[in-house]
Amino acid sequence: MEAGIRPGKTEAKLGRDIQAKIGQQLRALYDDVVNQGVPDRFADLLNRLDKPDDKESR
Amino acid sequence: MALDASVRDAVLAAVPGLRAFAISLCGNVDRADDLVQETLLRALANIDSFQPGTNMSAWLFTILRNHFRSEYRKRRREVEDSDGSYAETLKSHPEQHGRMEMEEFRVALAKLPSDQREALVLVGASGFSYEEAASICQCAVGTIKSRVNRARTRLSELMAIDGVDDFGPDRTTRAVLARNERA
Repeated sequence: MEAGIRPGKTEAKLGRDIQAKIGQQLRALYDDVVNQGVPDRFADLLNRLDKPDDKESR
Repeated sequence: MALDASVRDAVLAAVPGLRAFAISLCGNVDRADDLVQETLLRALANIDSFQPGTNMSAWLFTILRNHFRSEYRKRRREVEDSDGSYAETLKSHPEQHGRMEMEEFRVALAKLPSDQREALVLVGASGFSYEEAASICQCAVGTIKSRVNRARTRLSELMAIDGVDDFGPDRTTRAVLARNERA
């Protein structure tokens, strides 16, 4: 490895820093989508399917 | 079909997380939304097999994952990362540096084998326990743990190479050296 990572404390600290960063980025990426809420197409879909109507026999 | 209000609410509440998981599987927003739609149709057609009192979200994630693996996976390679539509969805990060960092992370994440990526996302972002993730992926808890560990190790390698300026060894090493010189 020529990345220059030194064994010992520095490496351990670096590992923790990167792991924290990974967790943070992963949640940010995910939450970015979650925060968009429920798009209309899915709310509409559920509304449509939720009708106890008799037109269902198309 | 008339849905019980509590079932309907639980399904709706799961949709945002299902989309985020689907995007991490597909790497493409439009395909992910189609996958979510097909998942909801399947779930509602089989709502009788849902056991009240169990985790609706985990049940839906399981259906989505199964459907993805049977129908979508074989077509995934050709579209993965191809159109940047995922990047376009990152609207809540106007700040340039944050966006770039996130885009770099997304690319690194997409390089992981899919079984590792899904394990990491389920445990690290969706908020499922290792046991729930194992149930969703139909594998042993130990398998999920080892996939998550391998995903983290691989990501840290990818990020240490790609993002040295942000958190790589150079800055840390320099700081240590600088302190030692002053002492």
